[in-house]
Amino acid sequence: MTTSASARPGLWSIRGPISRNTFWTLAAIGLLTPVLLWWGIALSGWVEKVFMPSPAAVWDRTLIWFDEDNLVGDAIISTYRVSAGWAMSAAIALPIGLLIGTFRPVQALLEPLTDFVRYMPAVAFIPLVMLWIGIDEGSKIAIIFIGTFFQMVLMVAEDVRRVPTPQIEAAQTMGATRAEVIRLVLLPSAKPALLDTLRITLGWAWTYLVVAELVAANSGLGYAILKAQRFLQTDKIFAGIILIGAIGLVSDQLFRFLHRKAFPWLHFK
Amino acid sequence: MAALQVSAAPRIQVRGLGKVFDGETRVVALDAVDLDVADNEFVTLVGASGCGKSTLLRIIGGLEYHTSGEIVAAGRPVRGPGADRAMVFQHYSLYPWLNVVENIRFSRQLAINREHLTSSDVEVAMGRADALLDLMGLRSMARAYPTQLSGGMQQRVAIARALMGRPEILLMDEPFGALDAQTREVMHDLIRHVFKLERATIVFVTHDVEEAIYLGQRVVLMAPRPGRIDTIYDVPLPAQRHQDMKLDRAFLDLKKAVVERIRETSGMKTDFELLDKLSRAASST
Repeated sequence: MTTSASARPGLWSIRGPISRNTFWTLAAIGLLTPVLLWWGIALSGWVEKVFMPSPAAVWDRTLIWFDEDNLVGDAIISTYRVSAGWAMSAAIALPIGLLIGTFRPVQALLEPLTDFVRYMPAVAFIPLVMLWIGIDEGSKIAIIFIGTFFQMVLMVAEDVRRVPTPQIEAAQTMGATRAEVIRLVLLPSAKPALLDTLRITLGWAWTYLVVAELVAANSGLGYAILKAQRFLQTDKIFAGIILIGAIGLVSDQLFRFLHRKAFPWLHFK
Repeated sequence: MAALQVSAAPRIQVRGLGKVFDGETRVVALDAVDLDVADNEFVTLVGASGCGKSTLLRIIGGLEYHTSGEIVAAGRPVRGPGADRAMVFQHYSLYPWLNVVENIRFSRQLAINREHLTSSDVEVAMGRADALLDLMGLRSMARAYPTQLSGGMQQRVAIARALMGRPEILLMDEPFGALDAQTREVMHDLIRHVFKLERATIVFVTHDVEEAIYLGQRVVLMAPRPGRIDTIYDVPLPAQRHQDMKLDRAFLDLKKAVVERIRETSGMKTDFELLDKLSRAASST
């Protein structure tokens, strides 16, 4: 091999360039390989069906679930629980995180406490939540809230702290008051990072769904997974997990789309 | 005629100013600094790192606090930042969510400009933003966002934004420190032009001696440990400056004097003995 005149960096150079075609080819391989492996293993008969149902079986089960078992209803109630817990968390975490990230006394007062509580496992709060809130919708939402809130506060505070100091000081030397610095600089400057934080924490809220639906639920995707476990309906467990993943993926893409629309200056080439 | 008297009260009066950081080790950032800046004067601060030139500027701007002495700017003792002392920073100070003209008009959103506002004031302000766009050569970029601009263009916006509220004093903290040499020259002539038109009082911090002489009417040389004013030089150049002057005898002499004095005060010099030893050690292996 001779060295060519145009020394184009190879595919494996650090942070090297990649063409669109190569990227999507590799992405397709990455996505399809596990599915094909799964299919292959299921078809080969090495593993018993109870442990690993075939993709076709999972698909069939999903259709049955849809036709006879109110899949749409389960998806809606679960989405509602996750959204409600996450939205309540956001409604409180945004102002508190803003205060922690802006005023040092508030940081001293609340951040160590939040840091402490966030290491407590949300699952362990279930008995307390049942005792305090009962076993209806509120308790499921509360579990998701507990799992999301404390992390969210710390991330919001960090987003606000990351606003470059010169942006704040420039406003002050133009005569901005404290309230104006918060409203006209800190908030708009942190907004893109805040939207990312909301996107990431919504993903975490979904991971608490199954836990939340441990509490005396009789509907929902998490509940369906738990019930399927009792009857060894492995194909339904697979279907439930994949559905939750798919809903998460769609909401994530929605947030990314919103990010591009709301903050065009961050997406210029 | 009394009206022609030049000796009005200085715009900035610094008396016995000191700043001490009381941490694990006590650091005297500024010690007994005295400085007067006259109305419509252009003063540049230079010095080795750690001499406190940025700290002094930030104290004048009200962004940091002194621990002793006093300071009066624009007729009032300094108690925190205010619209009479606008600051231009080295970078990261523009608002990326606002386009160029919105950045320049930022100060119009502040209450300080909304009190007793009449429609003719608004008109004047809109005209002012337009004039600043032209002055800074930003007309064609008015709708662009900061991320779409070069470093030099971004600093033009930052300067225009600072000028928008007609501050009595313009404080500049190494504003061209991140720009390449050619852009910097253009910015130098631009800022001199702005100085002439706006009749502002400018205090300008830089580590570049040539920049300090080319821009300033006086060059204030500061020295570290403790941070203090060492020497104040009058710049022997006419008000109208141009790039050729950088090669004049008088310019070069002053540059040599300032550079040498900074070297003396910095306590840092090239250790030829050490370099020699290192190269001998390297060649023997």
